[in-house]
Amino acid sequence: MLTAQHITYQVGGGKKLLDDVSVAFRPGDLNLIIGPNGAGKSTLVKVLCHQLLPQKGSVFYGDRNAADIPIGELAQFRSVLSQNVELAFPLSAEEVVMMGRYPHFNARPAEKDRAACEAAMQFFDVVPLADRNYLTLSGGEQQRIHFARVMAQIWYPAGEGCRYILLDEPLTFLDIHYQFDFMHKILELLREKDLVAVGVVHDLNLAAKFADRITLLHQGRVLADGSPETVLTTENIRTAYRLEPVIHREGGELRLFF
Amino acid sequence: MQSNKRHGGTWTTLLVLVMVAALFSIRYGAVNISIGEMVSGLNKYFTHPESMSLNERIFMDIRLPRALLCLVVGASLAVGGALMQALFRNPIVEPGLVGTSSGAAFGSALYFVLGATFKFNAGEWTLPIAACAGAVFSTFLVFVLSQSRDTGKSSIVSLLLTGIAINALFMSGVGFLSYIARDPQARSITFWGLGTLSGANWHSVIIVGISTVVCLIIALRYSKQLNALMIGEEEAQFLGVRIKRLKFNVLLVNVVMIAVATAFVGIISFVGLIVPHFIRMLNGSDNRLLIRHSALLGAILLSAADFTARMLLRPAELPIGIVTSAVGVPVFIILLRRKNYFF
Repeated sequence: MLTAQHITYQVGGGKKLLDDVSVAFRPGDLNLIIGPNGAGKSTLVKVLCHQLLPQKGSVFYGDRNAADIPIGELAQFRSVLSQNVELAFPLSAEEVVMMGRYPHFNARPAEKDRAACEAAMQFFDVVPLADRNYLTLSGGEQQRIHFARVMAQIWYPAGEGCRYILLDEPLTFLDIHYQFDFMHKILELLREKDLVAVGVVHDLNLAAKFADRITLLHQGRVLADGSPETVLTTENIRTAYRLEPVIHREGGELRLFF
Repeated sequence: MQSNKRHGGTWTTLLVLVMVAALFSIRYGAVNISIGEMVSGLNKYFTHPESMSLNERIFMDIRLPRALLCLVVGASLAVGGALMQALFRNPIVEPGLVGTSSGAAFGSALYFVLGATFKFNAGEWTLPIAACAGAVFSTFLVFVLSQSRDTGKSSIVSLLLTGIAINALFMSGVGFLSYIARDPQARSITFWGLGTLSGANWHSVIIVGISTVVCLIIALRYSKQLNALMIGEEEAQFLGVRIKRLKFNVLLVNVVMIAVATAFVGIISFVGLIVPHFIRMLNGSDNRLLIRHSALLGAILLSAADFTARMLLRPAELPIGIVTSAVGVPVFIILLRRKNYFF
């Protein structure tokens, strides 16, 4: 369980990017955060992964306050994929994936670390890219390498507690095939009940189709939080996005048209 | 893995080249020293030094310490470059460009001109300590001044430009000190600007050697974290790296290593720039290998440069900084003109 309690995060000048936000994400669910530009989605993800320290409120991994977990230990059971990862020097794709294992070994990777990398690369179908120079890969290929990297980081169960994966707009560089592919893969990973997955997406239909639980942010506050049916209502969409949606329900599936 | 074999091959090749380079620079010069003289010189030095011939003396007192100093200084400069490039996530940074070397030169010049008037005295460590103080100060200045007021991050452009300004400031400081200095002091200051290993002796070999080895070991301990830095500071934190501590420690190690070397040989530019670049082309950017291999290649290149500096105008010699700049400047310009160094 990943919990944020009464989070308020302000920047200089007093603007509140997050204003008393409380959310809880359960293991096994696909939790997606949606909201218009500037709603505070990325800020919330950064607060959740303890990158930004909020002025008020706390984040809990299980029952441990994130502030009390050394970042080296946190990295062993929580991985984060942020937007726009830029590599400063040429590295092979495989070396980038191996970075995910850095929190787990000292000088040299153990057999266990290599196995995790290989399994994660197989899982995301990037084995053929292993020896390629990361800098020469397409945006979508680079993104899939990072999927493998963040998954390799938390490949093995973390003892007592849960594993956590936080994804800030993971679908940006992907075509529609790989967007769906990625969502299916995340669902597959979630079958292991100790994984807490939280992601930011822009595509409301994708969120409707795949999410178990949606958090809609608007102006730094939680506007709605719950199952897709309860969150994606005409009224909520109108308030957040200033657009009038047409909502179709067919066979338990929710579709939005604008 | 196949790539491991190749790395092993690079390591062995570089080691052999280090020995060849050292042997060459000992063997040839204003007078040539035969292998036999080297062996007997080494032997007599410890058994009965009074019976040493002139050539044996030249070998033990001049050539050998100079060759060793070349190796450790070259390693220091190259590793310094590799560390700075990793820290700033940019392949066109080196200690000479961000004020470290000129700060060290200024500290050393202060010691030469005013050392006698200061009460502070740490024996043979006084000069390296003065150089370190100057280098820490100048690098810190560049670091702070190049940071954007809004984001707190420094772009590579502002870093290099601030480096130019601070270099100019400290070099004019060195110029001022040599202006007010009495003559013999002034001569020893002038050479900081150009760099030379002609002052090599066992004392400098030991001090620079200790600093190089210690700093190198510490640098290697951070090499995995520096790798993580390649995908960005935030990303590195997600991988468990304590970024502020990493930056501070690595920068400090770097500055100390460069300053101690600079204290004894003056400013030698561009070694730190070219060497890591070649190693990256040879076997990738992994800092765990890059740092080790850069140390060896730096030692080789500086030996070769010193050899050239001594042989071109034999029996006179050129300042080594002229040789490294002659090779380094074109490489620097080629690097600048190539795409995507994140301007």
